[in-house]
Amino acid sequence: MTFRDVRNTIYPVVGITIVLLGWQLYTHLLGINRIVLPSPLDILWASIANWNVLLRESWPTFLESVLGFALAVVIGIPFAVCVANSRVLNLTFYPILIATQSIPKVAVAPIILVWFGLGMQSKLVIAFLVAFFPIVVDTAAGMRATPAGLLELARSLRASSLQVFLKVQFPAALPFIFAGAKVAVTLAVIGAVIGEFIGSTGGLGNLLLTANSQLDSPLAWAALVWLSALGILLFAAVVITEKIVMPWSEVGHH
Amino acid sequence: MTLLGPSGCGKTTFLKIVGGLISASRGTIQINGRDVSEPQPDFGVVFQQANLMPWRSILKNVLFPMEILRRSDAAATLRAKELLSLVGLEGFEQSYPSQLSGGMQQRVALCRALIHKPKLLLMDEPFGALDELTRMEMQDLLLDIRVKTGATVMFVTHSISEAVYISDIVVVFSKRPSVIADYIAVDLPYPRSAEIRYFPEFTELEHRAGRALGITR
Repeated sequence: MTFRDVRNTIYPVVGITIVLLGWQLYTHLLGINRIVLPSPLDILWASIANWNVLLRESWPTFLESVLGFALAVVIGIPFAVCVANSRVLNLTFYPILIATQSIPKVAVAPIILVWFGLGMQSKLVIAFLVAFFPIVVDTAAGMRATPAGLLELARSLRASSLQVFLKVQFPAALPFIFAGAKVAVTLAVIGAVIGEFIGSTGGLGNLLLTANSQLDSPLAWAALVWLSALGILLFAAVVITEKIVMPWSEVGHH
Repeated sequence: MTLLGPSGCGKTTFLKIVGGLISASRGTIQINGRDVSEPQPDFGVVFQQANLMPWRSILKNVLFPMEILRRSDAAATLRAKELLSLVGLEGFEQSYPSQLSGGMQQRVALCRALIHKPKLLLMDEPFGALDELTRMEMQDLLLDIRVKTGATVMFVTHSISEAVYISDIVVVFSKRPSVIADYIAVDLPYPRSAEIRYFPEFTELEHRAGRALGITR
């Protein structure tokens, strides 16, 4: 580990410690009711005491987010590729996409629940809906941002459209696609939780609501912490995938 | 052969028409009796920018034309390595373009243009973005490569000394509306090296090109 690695690890840890310590002292010294604001230790104990419940309820939320996100990737990228390469498709579908995007997803969630029921499917669909847009927009932007010089080079060799797409456009769009995917994956978790809030039988969002209604604030906060941990985990998974898929972005610049 | 002229005179346009990258508004161009109205895969092209793919290693960048032409094999890889060592880039095969300087990137672009043994190498101000010293190095490298590969080179530049130094023939374009102002046969001996730039014959050719461009009298 270099000095820089150490520094880059220590500073965030110190920052978090200061916030948690201040929070702990504030609740402790002022005797704040734990229903109003549980201390970090309260949340930690609640997390440990209920770890099996939290773990069990994380699973559906994790699945909803990941599957919704995966669906957005699988449908969104080919859709964006078509839209970016065809003037006709672009004019036909892009305005509809923008229009549907301006509808607040929270407002659509109850309708989705009516269609897909209280089970996992409805949350998956909501997660998909929120993750779809950033993936499509960023992929389409990436396809259009292919350097003109590379396209000219491919043309000088009479490359086929498929060769141009596979060997030039798609790799050139990858940084954009991953930028979209990072936004999308965090939105997918939010989408899943929105679904669970509207109506569900399980999941961390459901647990949070239940704990809150029982005035079990430490557990509600613990569910919140687990939710953000889930979000960070999924975000990190995308970042790691990016580093594996795009090793060239890691190398030093001259 | 070098096309020399002020910016905007159409020398790049002419080069691109020769390469079949854009079509002429009037007239046709034939090379060895063949119409070049569309891109010619057996020509090599080097642009002002290196246009390397950041996601490909240097070796893979050089091999790109072979992949497109579906001639990517062990022999191609061997040739790519030979070309890279010819331009002084052995050991950089697995590096990425972002790890190379501008001059090195342009040398990779040159290898890429030569990988499929083009009959004609089209170069559009390839050294324009480089600093003076690198530029002179690249000119020597180009002379060397012309000898070693036997390729015919059509080169676009707006540098008079570059045009005279690297060419057998300099075609001077005038300002818009451009006409061919002069057609200069450069009969300086080969192999050429930097000292030749101080020869009276060299200076005389520079003057002649300058007069054709309307800069000197």
